[in-house]
Amino acid sequence: MVTNTLANMRARGIQSGFDFLLQTAGFDIGESAIPFASTDPYWKAFLVGLLNTLRVAILGIVLTTILGVLLGVGRFSRNALVRGICYGYVELFRNIPILIQLLMWYILMVEVLPDPQEPLQLWHLFYLSKGGLAVPMLTGAGWDIPRPGTFAVEGGWVLSPEFLTVLLGLTLYTAAFVAEVVRAGIASVGQGQVEAAESIGLSRGLILRLVVLPQALRVIIPPMTNQYLNLTKNSSLAVAVGYPDVVSIANTALNQTGRAVECIIVIMAVYLTTSLATSLVMNIYNRRVAIQER
Amino acid sequence: MSDPANFTPIAERPAPGRTGGIIAWVRVNLASDWTNLFMTLVLLALFGWGGWHFFLWAVPNAVFRPDADACQAARGIGACWGVVAEKHRLIVFGRYPYEQQWRPLVATLLLISLVLLSCVRAFWRRWLIAAWVVGFIAFIVLMRGGWLGLPKVGTDQWGGLPLTILLVTASLAMAFPLAIVVALGRRSPMPAIRTVCVTYVELVRGVPLISVLFMASFMFPLFLPPGTNPDVLVRVIAGITLFAAAYMAEVIRGGLQAVPSGQFEAASTLGLGYWKTQRLIVMPQALATVLPGLMNNFIAILKDTSLVTIVSLYELTGALGLALNGDPNWRPFKIEGYLFIMLIYFVFCFSMSRYSLWVEARLNRSKAH
Repeated sequence: MVTNTLANMRARGIQSGFDFLLQTAGFDIGESAIPFASTDPYWKAFLVGLLNTLRVAILGIVLTTILGVLLGVGRFSRNALVRGICYGYVELFRNIPILIQLLMWYILMVEVLPDPQEPLQLWHLFYLSKGGLAVPMLTGAGWDIPRPGTFAVEGGWVLSPEFLTVLLGLTLYTAAFVAEVVRAGIASVGQGQVEAAESIGLSRGLILRLVVLPQALRVIIPPMTNQYLNLTKNSSLAVAVGYPDVVSIANTALNQTGRAVECIIVIMAVYLTTSLATSLVMNIYNRRVAIQER
Repeated sequence: MSDPANFTPIAERPAPGRTGGIIAWVRVNLASDWTNLFMTLVLLALFGWGGWHFFLWAVPNAVFRPDADACQAARGIGACWGVVAEKHRLIVFGRYPYEQQWRPLVATLLLISLVLLSCVRAFWRRWLIAAWVVGFIAFIVLMRGGWLGLPKVGTDQWGGLPLTILLVTASLAMAFPLAIVVALGRRSPMPAIRTVCVTYVELVRGVPLISVLFMASFMFPLFLPPGTNPDVLVRVIAGITLFAAAYMAEVIRGGLQAVPSGQFEAASTLGLGYWKTQRLIVMPQALATVLPGLMNNFIAILKDTSLVTIVSLYELTGALGLALNGDPNWRPFKIEGYLFIMLIYFVFCFSMSRYSLWVEARLNRSKAH
């Protein structure tokens, strides 16, 4: 296999080596957390992509945990409507591919939202339009509050529609799986625990917080880690809606330089390191919440 | 003693409150206390308003005829199901030549009926494997043509639902034996085999499917002898197979761990070799235990086939993009198109998950409670 690879690469004139990382990138990136110009080298482009991926992954993990736990706990509500809605949500969002959900949200963002000249506004602080979501930003000189301008909303921190699509799509999709994980965890706590807690007069909220969740967390955390990793890996689909995450930038770099093997190695290295880091953090948390059995 | 002629019965006690019936169900589930009742009313109002407006958009105000002008006139007020009526053949069959589209239709129905046949336990006989082999060959012959007088259609023109079904069935059929081998290899006492299997599984599980597909598109041709140029479809199927096999190997490994060691010991006292033990004793028990987990993997792979759009194979999602992006008359109505393929995916995935629950219930029946 190695001889084949070398022979093929020589025949096609493909150079190898990571020296292309020092060359000028020559393309602009739509949004980045650090300043980036097309004269910057490739390694900086990959760094921007990595930061974009981490930005959407971390925010997505936080939001999906909140939503997933609410849905999972809602399956045990006394209200049949709440139970039904949680069940319906899980079945609907689990059975549709994530790519289609992302494309659907992108179309809704781009076509249904109003033009940037007349954005939707909330309390004159948040503005939502085709140009994205503008929120107040804390800068060194105080709060920078967005205002509607002639062509677009000016000021504030603007979250692009691509970022919102990826965040919303990933959060809603993974929340369905997190809800099932939480439901399985809560169901694993014996009915006797709940009855005993009721007999000493605890309210339902206190039962959930003090009795059920600590025991359920043991069962919840490993599959939850899996879902966090899935969310991080699914963020690679941002290439389909134009959000410049690391896969999208590696794709551009691959097409420009032809260094297929190196770019794919970079993608794989990024995801493997993120997966290992997430698993490490979750394992530490797992050990902390493990109940010491006698 | 009481006088029978002057017997006056005591007053009737009221009947006990009903615990069954719809009124009692509503009282317990929807209105058991004030917060419950409030939540019920708020949710009913919210979903009633939203559901009513969605129904208005989707049914009475909608345009069902394939008429682009009527659809434009109804934008924002009604759905344009005309886009489905007009473009459904392009969406479902991709770029396959129009007059020959009976061939992918027959081929898809053939594979789907094979899948449905395999779901019924009564048909799990040896001839089922032969039927699958014949079915695959028939699928390729029908789709590709060039033989039996059928005109040839290259794989770059295959698309839509037949491509999705082919990707799923071919990848899973090949990934399953590979997964069994890798799962067994991971438990092997020989360190070289174990290291290879562990590296393969952890590497493939740590990266997204998209990078595996990129690898398959760009790197596979480099690994093969110079001059061979495998079809992009073959490369993508190989990529999905490797991806699926890693996840399935982990699930099967869990099942192998659940088989009691006494089974292995009993098999060796009977004189069964390694492979005979696996085939006759261990694998049936291991696979039966993890069948729900494997079905989960199958559903996930079915959903992940939508990603091959990014490497330019136009299965169902990609065919929709092809059908609507190039046609300015129908391009504004992508939402209705997406709802159409969402429905197709939902039907397939939901039936698979219901089947998985049914299989799980059947398996649990035989376990002692």
